[in-house]
Amino acid sequence: MSTASTALADPQSRVRPATASRRTRHSWGRHTPLWLLIPAAAVLLPLFAYPIYQLGLLSVLDFRQAQVSGGEPTRFVGFDNYLTLLRDGKFWSVLLATVAFAAACVAATLAVGAALAVLLTRVSRWPGYALSFAAMAAWAAPAITGSTVWMFLFDANLGLVNQVLGLAGYNWTYDPYSTFALVGAVVVWHSFPFVMVTLYAGIRAIPGQVLEAAALDGASHWRSFRQIVVPMIRPLLVIVVIQSIIWDFKVFTQIYVMTSGGGIAGQNLTLNV
Amino acid sequence: MTATVVALVTVFPIYWMLLSALKPAGEVQSLSQKPWTLAPTLDNFRRVLGAEGFARYLVNSLLVALVVVVLSGLVAFLAAVALTRFRFRFRGTILVMFLVAQMVPIEALTIPLFFLIRDVGTVVPQVGLNTLGSLVLVHLAFTLPFAIWMLRGFVAAIPEELEEAALLDGASRRTVLWRILFPLVAPGLAATSVFSFIVAWNDFLFARTFIISAADNQTLPMALLVFFKPDENDWGGIMAASVLMTVPVLAFFILVQKRLVSGLGGAVKD
Repeated sequence: MSTASTALADPQSRVRPATASRRTRHSWGRHTPLWLLIPAAAVLLPLFAYPIYQLGLLSVLDFRQAQVSGGEPTRFVGFDNYLTLLRDGKFWSVLLATVAFAAACVAATLAVGAALAVLLTRVSRWPGYALSFAAMAAWAAPAITGSTVWMFLFDANLGLVNQVLGLAGYNWTYDPYSTFALVGAVVVWHSFPFVMVTLYAGIRAIPGQVLEAAALDGASHWRSFRQIVVPMIRPLLVIVVIQSIIWDFKVFTQIYVMTSGGGIAGQNLTLNV
Repeated sequence: MTATVVALVTVFPIYWMLLSALKPAGEVQSLSQKPWTLAPTLDNFRRVLGAEGFARYLVNSLLVALVVVVLSGLVAFLAAVALTRFRFRFRGTILVMFLVAQMVPIEALTIPLFFLIRDVGTVVPQVGLNTLGSLVLVHLAFTLPFAIWMLRGFVAAIPEELEEAALLDGASRRTVLWRILFPLVAPGLAATSVFSFIVAWNDFLFARTFIISAADNQTLPMALLVFFKPDENDWGGIMAASVLMTVPVLAFFILVQKRLVSGLGGAVKD
């Protein structure tokens, strides 16, 4: 608050000559964007840019426990750390696992989200409300509580899933593949509502006449979807894909909670930093 | 029909969480789980709220999240105005940097941030290690890029003529900013703040890293992890704590639900 008002109370605004009100937005004053950006810069430069720079610096130093406590001086080692990492076979398998896992999550999220967005445009009022509410609930559930309840549902003995399927004692988080599938399901459950809600808003914004005209010309549902709906919501699709990739590559909480930060299946890149 | 089934499947984990929180202990830790309960009880909630520090952690979490929401909203508003209403050098670069910043996994920055906070703490103890202030600072930094990106859409949707008219009538820049633009952007700000709220509310990585010895300054997600014990998880307690943690976010979501959709759409337009 105080930063914001100080930034605005620059002396110029008080001594501004009466003639300054020209017709364009330049009448805001020449340096206004600068003042407006100062609070953001004051937060982001030290707390975001500087740590990234530090990270780069640390990566070319020999920096261990002894240096952290100040016992030994830091030593420049060039790209040795990178070479160690790149030569480590485990790094590559973890990298591969991360990319495969994230790609699968993104694909599934987009497929489920898009399919449900289309479904939402076709259903009657109350099922529509029900679906919207359910999606909101899944979206709002914090990653940590969402993962927790899924873990309870898939608990080896007390979980509903195993009891219904008669798999008492089967541990879903023991086998790497079933763990990835389970964590993936939670990630998709958490992230499909964003895709669904955004695409639904986009589809609803398409003028009805366009689709009617296509139907009159004999276009099938699928064809009008592919050739009219998709091109018209392309900008939204792009943003949804970008955001999904950004979010799914950074999945950490779900994996951390569900595998207790390790084990056979904890081999995700974000955990190895 | 399909929609109803999908809705039921989607909402089921949330229902299960609430149900298990209300079940008496014998039914939660049971080998034959039932999807209903005939003897609902608040025992689990009583136990959780009575547990050492839980109420305190709840207040801490709310405090951090609300301060982050307010600060990040104000700062993002100013930056969004600068980036939508003005054309200046490096404007495009700054915009791209905000997008790239969202891609940085915050886990990777934990270590440098730890050193930074440790060093800053020796000068300004209020934001050093073991303080809620340190959590506010890092969450502020990590919520800003997305908040600014999303708010741009809302600012852009306001006709520029409004400000121009006000400026011609002799209004100061401060008046234009706070009396004209701010009220008009406020609904969008509410939608944007959900995301800031979630980031601050959900975080346990920084709470775990920065709050080392001051147990009083711990936040809710850490309290949830306390209920996990090897081989004998207190599922009733865990579910009750989860419900308490989910309710504020869900309430926030339902409040701003309509704005959310237009905001996400608005983030697309340039």
